[in-house]
Amino acid sequence: MLKTFEGYRRANGSIGVRNHTIVINTVGELAGLTKKLANLVPGVIPVVHQAGQSQYSEDSDQTIKTLTGTAGHPNVSAALFLGMGTEDPAEGIVETLKKDGHHVYSIIFDKKKSIAECLEEGKVWLKNALELSKQQKTEKADVSELTIGLECGGSDAWSGITANPSIGAFSDSIVADGGTSVLAETTEAVGAEHILANRAVNSEVGNRFLEIVKRYEQRARAVGEDIKAANPSPGNKTGGLTTLEEKSLGCIKKGGNSTLMEVIDYAHSPTEKGFIFMDTPGYDVESVVGLVAGGAQIVLFSTGKGSPTGSPIAPVIKIGTNPKLYKNMPEHIDVNAGKIIDQNYTIDQIGEEIYSKVLQVANGEITASEKFHNQEFSIWRLAETQ
Amino acid sequence: MSQKVNALKLDEEDNVAVALETLKAGELLSIKNEITKISATKTIPYGHKIALNPIPKGNRVIKYGECMGLATEDIAIGDHVHVSNVRGLTEEDKSFQKECIDVENI
Repeated sequence: MLKTFEGYRRANGSIGVRNHTIVINTVGELAGLTKKLANLVPGVIPVVHQAGQSQYSEDSDQTIKTLTGTAGHPNVSAALFLGMGTEDPAEGIVETLKKDGHHVYSIIFDKKKSIAECLEEGKVWLKNALELSKQQKTEKADVSELTIGLECGGSDAWSGITANPSIGAFSDSIVADGGTSVLAETTEAVGAEHILANRAVNSEVGNRFLEIVKRYEQRARAVGEDIKAANPSPGNKTGGLTTLEEKSLGCIKKGGNSTLMEVIDYAHSPTEKGFIFMDTPGYDVESVVGLVAGGAQIVLFSTGKGSPTGSPIAPVIKIGTNPKLYKNMPEHIDVNAGKIIDQNYTIDQIGEEIYSKVLQVANGEITASEKFHNQEFSIWRLAETQ
Repeated sequence: MSQKVNALKLDEEDNVAVALETLKAGELLSIKNEITKISATKTIPYGHKIALNPIPKGNRVIKYGECMGLATEDIAIGDHVHVSNVRGLTEEDKSFQKECIDVENI
């Protein structure tokens, strides 16, 4: 298998597998206008969320980090920020990104101009940015420049048996080829944290992993939830899961058996290559957004129930866990790991199929979630709203 | 001749396999196109686990090559491995959890 792809080289040296022009709001109040503006310039993608306003500092920092990572992502050719008022972070984010060579601009909605004038200014900038992006040529790149996010959503009893171990087989292969895979969903690791910690490259990384799991459990406990006591759920047990360790293992096996090189915060970029863990919630939309803001060019997403979650800027490859899902929702599934159940395929064979699909998608093949414009975007909230 | 695979062993180290279809009592396991000499001692619903080795009480149940729990009674080859005969490595028994980690580190 040829392990290269044609990508878009950015000014800061990163390489994208897509060449998107986006418009993105900094505060929830501008969500509607962001969509409206994107509609005025066909081909522009709206990145819309409800965060950014009336947040305590930990959420405000997380929002800015996520928006910066999204607009400065290698899959993004140009980004227009829409902000509001005098303390809006848009201009600051744009300054940061410009220093790194990104093509970005901000428009602030305040009492100086009418909304129509702001939209017209945005339309002109986006049209020009879109034209410029079309002139960008691709160049050959090696898989070692790929960072792949590993996610699951709408899991079922087969997730830990078919799709997740197959993703694990792929993860081990791309790590062996010098690439990077990022496992997420801290809440799903509860109960098996000692196993991942034991796979860490050193005790510092192992302890850091144990710390983020503990922090997550404490946050849950603060609102009266006990993750350990609640899992496996009665439904899980009916499906065949016996213990919390078993359930968590089924999830973390998306990371295969590679050495854990680094543990990073939400929306942060790895500084190491190889197998990485990012601290994210189990909610698939927020988790995918964090993975992508941290630089993942492609996300692998196992699903048993067909969760349609996509990303505005990164191709999300859906790996179906069972034959029934593939039969009923073939248009939503990119790789059918259900073949392990009814067609004698092995986990390693599906792992290879996933690798081929990743390369095809890196070369421009459209995923199911892209075809349907599934462009979910939501930022992980940590505290109360002011 | 290729045999329909009806169970999956996720790691070489595992002492359980996962039923890919509901196994009837007496049905022989077929893992990786090979019929084994192991038969289900009673009905095993699909997605559930079946013992590939005897697992004495207190011993580790291995799936994914990792310790996923402890046998709470003697488990025979072909038995259904589930909540009635396995418990997790819970908080109240840290000593064994430690032992389990140490064994995995070897």
